Amino acid sequence: MNTPLQDSRQWPLYEVFVRARGGLDHKHVGSLHAADARMAIEHARDLYTRRQEGVSIWVVPSKDISASDPAEGESLFEPARDKIYRHPTFYEIPDEVKTL
Amino acid sequence: MYTQALDMQGSDSSPMGEAALEQRFLARVDAEEKIEPKDWMPARYRNTLIRQISQHAHSEIVGMLPEGNWITRAPTLQRKAILIAKVQDEGGHGAYLYSAAETLGVSRDQLIDQLLSGKAKYSSIFNYPTPTWADVGAIGWLVDGAAIMNQIPLCRCSYGPYARAMVRVCREESFHQRQGYDLMVHLAQGTPEQKRMAQEALNRWWWPALMMFGPSDANSTHSGESQRWKIKRFSNDELRQKFVDFTVPQARFLDLSIPDPLLRWDEAKQQHEFGPIDWTEFDQVLKGNGPCNAERLAARRNAHAAGAWVRDAASAYAEKQRLRSATPAAA
Repeated sequence: MNTPLQDSRQWPLYEVFVRARGGLDHKHVGSLHAADARMAIEHARDLYTRRQEGVSIWVVPSKDISASDPAEGESLFEPARDKIYRHPTFYEIPDEVKTL
Repeated sequence: MYTQALDMQGSDSSPMGEAALEQRFLARVDAEEKIEPKDWMPARYRNTLIRQISQHAHSEIVGMLPEGNWITRAPTLQRKAILIAKVQDEGGHGAYLYSAAETLGVSRDQLIDQLLSGKAKYSSIFNYPTPTWADVGAIGWLVDGAAIMNQIPLCRCSYGPYARAMVRVCREESFHQRQGYDLMVHLAQGTPEQKRMAQEALNRWWWPALMMFGPSDANSTHSGESQRWKIKRFSNDELRQKFVDFTVPQARFLDLSIPDPLLRWDEAKQQHEFGPIDWTEFDQVLKGNGPCNAERLAARRNAHAAGAWVRDAASAYAEKQRLRSATPAAA
């Protein structure tokens, strides 16, 4: 659909990650369009941290993110399903034994 | 927690037909799982979401206009700062929602184009004018109040990106409603002239606010499937009723009267009964014949055209920087 109203070049999409407070991980909060990374950070500041939601921002071009395929979800994650011995609660420890 | 996961047997991963995929999709929706962008979904679900989310985004963007009208004339510096923050939030809500719509495979340019060409719909409430400062209060109190009523259930909608955007929107929307009511309180407790202004604004916005919940359930075309897919959790009439029941006592506190002679408390049903809505007016505004439809669209088109040089300059600058940083690396 090309009309005179439409821009011919759409700015690339960036994914935005925000660190809420010092000591926490950056967490994905959403995405936005920007001409370059610097503008993406400035827009992310305006869009995602208007109420002190963050102390640090990462932006990543969305096209550079590789994601696992939901259709392959089972082959990726199924193998962990029956390995319940990997969890501490698998092991029954006698009541008399403390601090374990 | 993992034992619970052990009980859930995954279905086989063999290639599935459309019907089987749809069945699995519905089972996930029934189980209150979120559907994510790369998951299989029926084409009708995708199209319904694109339509709904983009209309919602357009509404936020056009919704900046009626109140933006008053930024330069706000009565105090604090009211001005509050109004700017609110209008900025609306722009932000539009941006969150456009991003959510884009995850369904439609481009931002397409969406903007649909708005500017007049092809896309947006909430008809924004086609009403804001002749006095009291309208800013009435919009926050009633229009944002009705929006919250509609939007809170959407935080649990089955489509992940939409639900997450709505959580953020609702958090901010509460500020919008409360600043509006606060403005109404000040007017209603002010001079007789200020109180009259507040009453007139309530008179203007009451019925359009009730129309925001959409056609009555009997005439709502999209409701059935949307409820099945858990996009919509409550019917239009249920939400409208809830809004009336919440708002009537708030108006009473302001000592303002709701412009509906048939409004009364139904003791048996424990809810308010209210007069019939003028759906002809709703249809007219929806068709583009409201008081400000042409003005709103013209304002968006002008803003888009007037901002073209800024977008072009930013693109050119980004390209220049990209080339510059590429050169030394190549040398």
